[in-house]
Amino acid sequence: MNWIISAEDIRHEDRQRVGGKGYALTLLAKNGFQIPETVCISSDAYQEYVDRTGLRERIQLELHRKDLKEMRWEEIWDCATRIRNMFLRKQIPGNIAKRLKAVIQSRFKDKSVAVRSSAPEEDTAKASFAGLHESYINISGIDAILEHIRKVWASLWTDAALLYRQEIGLSVEKSTMAVVIQAIVPGDRSGVVFTQNPNDAYQGVIESVYGLNQGLVDGTVEPDRWILDRKTQRIITHTPATRRYWMVPIEQGVQLNPLPESMSQRPPLNAQETREVFGQALRAEDFFGTPQDVEWTYKDQSLVVLQSRPITTLSTGKTEDNRGWYLSLHRSFDNLKSLRKKIEQELIPGMIAAAEELAATDLSLLSDRSLAEEIKRRWEINHHWVNVYWDDFIPFAHGVRLFGQIYNDAIQPEDPYEFVDLLTQTEMASLERNRMLEDLANEIRKNHRLAEQLQKGLYAEADPDFQTRVETFIRQFGDLSCAVTGGSQCVQDSEPLIKILLEMANHPPAPGGRQKSANVEILKEKFLACFAGDQRTQAVEYLDLGRTSYQLRDDDNIYLGRIEAQLLAAIREARQRIENAQSKGPDASTANELEAVLADLDHSAETLNPYRMKAGATFDIKPRQLIGQPGGPGIANGRARLIRQHADLADFKHGEVLVCDAVDPNMTFVVPLASAVVERRGGMLIHGAIIAREYGLPCVTGIPEATALIETGDKITVDGYLGIVTIGTGEI
Amino acid sequence: MDKTQAIQQRLRELFESQNLGVLATHRSGQPYASLVAFYATEDLKHLFFVTPKATRKFENLKTDARVAILVNSSTNQAVDFHRAVSVTIVGEATEVVGSERQPILERYLKKHPHLEDFVRSPSCALVRVSAKSYFMVQNFQNVMELHLNR
Repeated sequence: MNWIISAEDIRHEDRQRVGGKGYALTLLAKNGFQIPETVCISSDAYQEYVDRTGLRERIQLELHRKDLKEMRWEEIWDCATRIRNMFLRKQIPGNIAKRLKAVIQSRFKDKSVAVRSSAPEEDTAKASFAGLHESYINISGIDAILEHIRKVWASLWTDAALLYRQEIGLSVEKSTMAVVIQAIVPGDRSGVVFTQNPNDAYQGVIESVYGLNQGLVDGTVEPDRWILDRKTQRIITHTPATRRYWMVPIEQGVQLNPLPESMSQRPPLNAQETREVFGQALRAEDFFGTPQDVEWTYKDQSLVVLQSRPITTLSTGKTEDNRGWYLSLHRSFDNLKSLRKKIEQELIPGMIAAAEELAATDLSLLSDRSLAEEIKRRWEINHHWVNVYWDDFIPFAHGVRLFGQIYNDAIQPEDPYEFVDLLTQTEMASLERNRMLEDLANEIRKNHRLAEQLQKGLYAEADPDFQTRVETFIRQFGDLSCAVTGGSQCVQDSEPLIKILLEMANHPPAPGGRQKSANVEILKEKFLACFAGDQRTQAVEYLDLGRTSYQLRDDDNIYLGRIEAQLLAAIREARQRIENAQSKGPDASTANELEAVLADLDHSAETLNPYRMKAGATFDIKPRQLIGQPGGPGIANGRARLIRQHADLADFKHGEVLVCDAVDPNMTFVVPLASAVVERRGGMLIHGAIIAREYGLPCVTGIPEATALIETGDKITVDGYLGIVTIGTGEI
Repeated sequence: MDKTQAIQQRLRELFESQNLGVLATHRSGQPYASLVAFYATEDLKHLFFVTPKATRKFENLKTDARVAILVNSSTNQAVDFHRAVSVTIVGEATEVVGSERQPILERYLKKHPHLEDFVRSPSCALVRVSAKSYFMVQNFQNVMELHLNR
């Protein structure tokens, strides 16, 4: 079968094989539009590649570890990262590569090309995949082109694409990908035109920038914008941009440069050119039969059409899907830089202030009615910050992911999470705290008298110097019974801390955080050595952004936790009052209002074992092997210690497996005692996984029912290589 | 349908869709596996198969009635790894004799009508496996256990 087809040779029956983008280009070429030299690599080549390399079933295994619906976005990103790495590490087999090479070399010789995705599902699903898959601009050299074909194939499995396909109900097993290869037209002005304004059916819209289109498409370069009348094709309004940058081709890829002063003074298009662009797009609309979104570029005054596709955002009365949000998960470098500013200067101070404002209210002084109001208010404030968390913090976490992708593309490492080691160089507060704990435990190890006093509960009689050190620790890090630093429910009490210290002292010191400072330097050098000149400078910036994003990712949870703690404190106060009222007898109805508000917020639900035994049931159902995500390599077994509340941590014993909903930074002091970590929340970049990696502990994350199915005392085995938790000893 | 019902339903569907299972017996500690055509009751308490009495498996059962049966939905393709369901049934085998033999055979033949001559041969035994536990594997590595309450 012919996998490689020139745009002019594509027939109607090839439509499914070459995808929507490829097919539209054919129609444009046949209808007299000037398009760049184009060939399509049909989806058959993709099929052949995944079959021959064994990737087809590896992808399915990865995607079927768990029900996609039960995965958090971070886990889906992890899946996508692992799959992408499979594509990066599997060369195109010899004879497939030979066929591709022969045609691409003869058609494009030494020309630079764009390697674009063209998803066949777009047509079948009547849905737009715009922006969900990758395209690469200005690639030259046959090996680089083949590598980018693999990257486009891999982009079939990006997190955004997976989420979107799941939402619109497309089967992942049928997904396939065609690729369009186009000679690069190094246009001096480029843009997009919508033949119909999504907000007004009588208008059309043109957006244009200097240089290549990339800056406009990914949002880094602000475009000039024209609104035109569809009928008369006259300009209604022109909104000029502050023209500062343009995207230009460099040796391999593109680069954002400052726009020369002379150009920044005038719009990229004159009135006649806007008419030409709009006229061409309307002609495309005519024969495609629906309003079009057309990408174009001017090269030496000649208008070239790069692609055309139906507009899918027109208001059709149908409910909006979430493609926009999925896409917002991926941000450009510049976008992330401005987001960083907003987070550091606006949002985090805002969260701190909100938590402080709430903490200032003495709940015990409020009447029942005011307390009910206060709970609602706190719920709303918490809700607001949870939204901010989704809208700004989670997208900012993409700084880590963006760096991860750049690292993996450059190094193609065996472990797709090797890059994390480069980000953790910034000392985490939790590691410092754990070192102080270890020092205190060591003191107890050496001093038998002290150990004896503490075991007998005679802390007050202990060496004053030791007491001072304990109090310093409590001042700095809390007493370990507080879920949240500064949470109002905390009673300053050294008992839980002493319990943990005694447990630590009973055993030899943990090996501690991995010694990897040298390793970090080697990794950094290895990474930077892949780049030269300007690209090296940019690689350094990506690393810096990745580190900030990584650190904030940790901090935002703490700040959000403080606000939530204030909501929980109010709820606890309400529960207490309800209980007191009930104990006074049936007449005490003052707490009704509080009961109502708690019921409204549904704040009583707790995860229950869905397989729990019911009276008379035929079967007793037990999990044996639970599948999550591999969070930290290694295998270990021990008794489970289920942490439902923060206070449960004080009972933690050496060698136990930490099982919890989510390891938060305030819980990690037990990690040096633990033999492994199991977490309900999933993801490779969550705190539990990071700290487990730090201590070299096996870790499995993303077991949705972990806290319901595993009980304290259960014998469990944690396989951090495969992401499997096995419960019990396997008796038959 | 809650999760406990869903998991039992999945077992029923598997047993309806599959004709054959692998029976494990042993002789003096040496494991021995054989293929049997089975039928499972709706309440999942029993499985039945028919075997000539002169076979190794039947001989083995006479000395140790403990058995395991593996039933799975694999199709000998790569997709099996994420799609197939596999169940190991552990239980005890007894030969069905007397008046209850006929009604069970009728139900057995509804599932395996082509075995009519075979099952009606006087040289064959109808064997009941009373299930003790089910070990169910899905999504390649996800394992649940179902233990029958008696």
